Amino acid sequence: MVRCFLIHTVCPVSALGAGESRVLYCRVFGPDESLFTDQEREFSPEERRVLQREQTAVVARQVRSAASLSRGAAGRLLMEALPGEEALALQEADSGVLRLRAGDPFPEEMSALWLGVQSLGFTLVCEPHENLLLAEGTLRTLTRHCLEHLHLLGPGSEVLLRSDRIDALLSRLLPHGQLLFLNHRFAHSLEKEVAAYMTK
Amino acid sequence: MYSHGSESLIKQAREIQDSELQKFYSRLVKLLQGKELGYEMVDSLQRLHLILSANKYIRTLPPELQKRLQSLLSSPAEQFQVLSSAVLRETLPPAAHSGNYSQENIVQLNSHAAALLLSQAGSRADVSSLCTQLLRGLESRQSEGPTNSLTHTLPILNTILTHNPECLTEDHVTLLSKKLVDWLRYASILQGGGASSGGFFTGPRSRQPVPIAELDGTVSGDFFTVLCVGQSFTEDQWMNVFSFSALRHWLLTYHSVSNGNGTADTDDRSEVDGSVVSMVSATSSSSRLLPPKERLREKSFQYCQRLIEQSDRKAHKKSDADLQKACLVEAVCILDCVCEEDASLVFRAFPCIKALFGRLNSDLSFARVLLPIAQFYLNHGEMAAVDCGSVWALVFGRFPSELFNDPFLAHELLRFLRLNLESLQLRVPQYTHSFPNLLKFLAWDSPAVVDDFVDLLPSLVTAGTAVELLHTLLDLPCLSATLVLQVRSTCLPISEQSGRGLLSLDAFRSTSFRGLFLFLLRGEAGSGDTIDRLSTLHELLVETADWPRVVQCAQIVPVLLHIFFNTVITVADEKLLAHLILVMLERSSLLLNIPKYNKEIHRVFSSHLLRLCKLHPSLVMDQSHELLEFSGATANVYSKEEIYTHVVWVLGEYLSVSCDSRCSVTLITSCFEALEAVLFEITSSVPPPGADCPAPRVVTTLMSALAKLASRSHDLIPRVSLFLSKLRTVTRGGSVAWCSDEEDLVAIVTRGEELWSLLKAPGVAQSVLTPPAHVTTPQWHRDTNVALPLRLRTLTNLTHSH
Repeated sequence: MVRCFLIHTVCPVSALGAGESRVLYCRVFGPDESLFTDQEREFSPEERRVLQREQTAVVARQVRSAASLSRGAAGRLLMEALPGEEALALQEADSGVLRLRAGDPFPEEMSALWLGVQSLGFTLVCEPHENLLLAEGTLRTLTRHCLEHLHLLGPGSEVLLRSDRIDALLSRLLPHGQLLFLNHRFAHSLEKEVAAYMTK
Repeated sequence: MYSHGSESLIKQAREIQDSELQKFYSRLVKLLQGKELGYEMVDSLQRLHLILSANKYIRTLPPELQKRLQSLLSSPAEQFQVLSSAVLRETLPPAAHSGNYSQENIVQLNSHAAALLLSQAGSRADVSSLCTQLLRGLESRQSEGPTNSLTHTLPILNTILTHNPECLTEDHVTLLSKKLVDWLRYASILQGGGASSGGFFTGPRSRQPVPIAELDGTVSGDFFTVLCVGQSFTEDQWMNVFSFSALRHWLLTYHSVSNGNGTADTDDRSEVDGSVVSMVSATSSSSRLLPPKERLREKSFQYCQRLIEQSDRKAHKKSDADLQKACLVEAVCILDCVCEEDASLVFRAFPCIKALFGRLNSDLSFARVLLPIAQFYLNHGEMAAVDCGSVWALVFGRFPSELFNDPFLAHELLRFLRLNLESLQLRVPQYTHSFPNLLKFLAWDSPAVVDDFVDLLPSLVTAGTAVELLHTLLDLPCLSATLVLQVRSTCLPISEQSGRGLLSLDAFRSTSFRGLFLFLLRGEAGSGDTIDRLSTLHELLVETADWPRVVQCAQIVPVLLHIFFNTVITVADEKLLAHLILVMLERSSLLLNIPKYNKEIHRVFSSHLLRLCKLHPSLVMDQSHELLEFSGATANVYSKEEIYTHVVWVLGEYLSVSCDSRCSVTLITSCFEALEAVLFEITSSVPPPGADCPAPRVVTTLMSALAKLASRSHDLIPRVSLFLSKLRTVTRGGSVAWCSDEEDLVAIVTRGEELWSLLKAPGVAQSVLTPPAHVTTPQWHRDTNVALPLRLRTLTNLTHSH
């Protein structure tokens, strides 16, 4: 199962410190895991939410650092793709996978798959026994849709104001965090539904 | 992509004033009352969502607004379902929320409303009741119900199961097992939407029902799976996809061996051995008699076999070819899982897995599929008495040496090693000799995999390979540079001479230096600890010292060395430890010249040299010749100050009869003379050009060492005292060439005076500078002398009430 999907910055942000990442979209799936760990006291909903936000902030920071190290090592120049060149931007994207140890920040060990497209990072946090080949393919598909339908290659801020589009996309391709084995016909059918939503 | 505009939007959302917010809320309530759900409504809801999610602290909405948003969840327009769900997820649930779980019929809810309920669950009881309701809906479901309510049942259940498998009772498990069997095995094999309902012919548009097809276009001849295509799909075909997607997790949760199935299987195995092993899954007819769980196992088995066979077909589209790979991984993992549960299935599964391995093992693009196959071999190979040699040759041979730059393969392979460490150490004898290959993953992408190696390195440290491993770790940056050169070499044509950094590339390609690089790129340990021409290699690679990969690699080597030394003391005997000290001394000047790398390595060496000698003081005696030689070379003071200081210290501390009876007066004297000569030299001349003045610590350590040695052989005392008084005289004159800081000079002189006065009473000097063992290892209450004051103090505290 996928625990969460994030869209965050992987470039320096002036308002934040070095190495910090701004989380632009975050969707956590499933019931809150703190309900099931043996805690000394129960968390209130407010505390649970703060905890969740801080966990995702930690993941975003770690991916940011992994992405910048990976880009530095590869030594490639970041090319700016223009709107309309989504497929090219995706092809040029850096990708990698990070091991998140148990406790840092989730109670169990997790794997964070990430795709870095210019200044944004798209991250899927999966449970370790998950099929990472499938997860990788799903992440790429999700990223492609986000780039296209939110016009992320332009200067706009639709990712903040049109996050319902991402929710709708996730409800089709990653319902409640379930990765799906979709051949091109099933995918086509779902993508038609997604496209219909986006045109509203 | 990410602009200043976005930043300011977030800032506005965070800093919105309360009065403005309340106005916004009331406007929103009015809009919602108006029932006109148009663009303005959408826009307002999107803004509300941004305001609520911009802060990590949760806000409460006014009750009226909350109620209206709640009712929006069941709006016919999906956009409003999504928006209201998203907004409500960012707020506190209403106080009387726990009632919702029993009152609402979750099955009637759409996917977005269900997601909201799930995220707002406040306790295990809430989650359990959600679960029960979902299953009740599944049980009592009529065929004319809405289609979407079923498809989100499985994902929701699956996500709950991750944390709380106990929320499903035995009956629930049985019910779902039956449903899963139906969906997986008995989904329709006709394409959806083609069959016309009702009796009429509705004109030329009506068609015959068309069967589903395989990915290569041929008509499908067996049951429906995720690798079957059609123009459109029926509901049970959709459930087939959802069921398979959730299957492995389901099996892992409810079919694991720890569920107590293990003991039953060992009895069954004896029956199977006696009977004929069937290669074909011909048991399908008899499986109707199996209980639901076992039936699900059998159907899962058949499904996976069919997927493996389907993956051999040539898909028309690349996305389908990728799906085939993912399906292969999943199928092998599921087969592994069911074989763990029921060992008799191993004999049916192995021919299939073996054939798959034979088909794929020469194609490196299937490397990630071969890893689950390796796991299967590891788990069941012994039982099936299958030779796994070719599998390990791939995993420890070809994969690291040819696919070191695939981050996903690296992650999965290292994870495989971590999870199966004990098993591998037992069954794969070449594991401990495969570190030259495995370290290639680390050399290529240190930051991504260093965490895995922190866990794996201890298992690779053995007495037989420790020295070679130490050399390999020290030369990891060289390996890093070599791998970069190897990759560049295959990309750039041989004739191209442009660009910078080509000197090393030429060296890499030239035949005279080939041997050096080939040694670094070797796959197995055992052919030699290191090479003679290491300094040549370092010179050839000097321009690589600022390459990012090399620099990243150099930063993690000290960490690994710490782990290495911490582990090696548990497996090494004294002879090996002595050899390691030798290696440390030799390699301290033989490292790739990366800024700060040398210093860091020296620091690691120093701390472990100290530790080794403290644990085994006789090591100093064993290696006295080399240690003396090292400490007698004045150049070492300037180039390897940290190590030099520590070598001198261990000599002073442990070169005594009380530590090792082989220590003789002549040895002490020759050591003394060597150190004395160095001390004279560094305190009477300017440091050589390019070097800094020696740190005060070096000088004081030398003085202390001399004093310690002298206290063990009293006729050396006059020589030390003479030197120390001379030192005092010389420095009284003011500044000296070998010490730039006046305070440091004062400290040195003070120390000298302390030692000088101590040495005036040789007996005292001896007990202070060469204390007997019982003084340095205090026994506290066990020691009669020390115990008395402690006892008195305790009694006083107990009897005097404060």
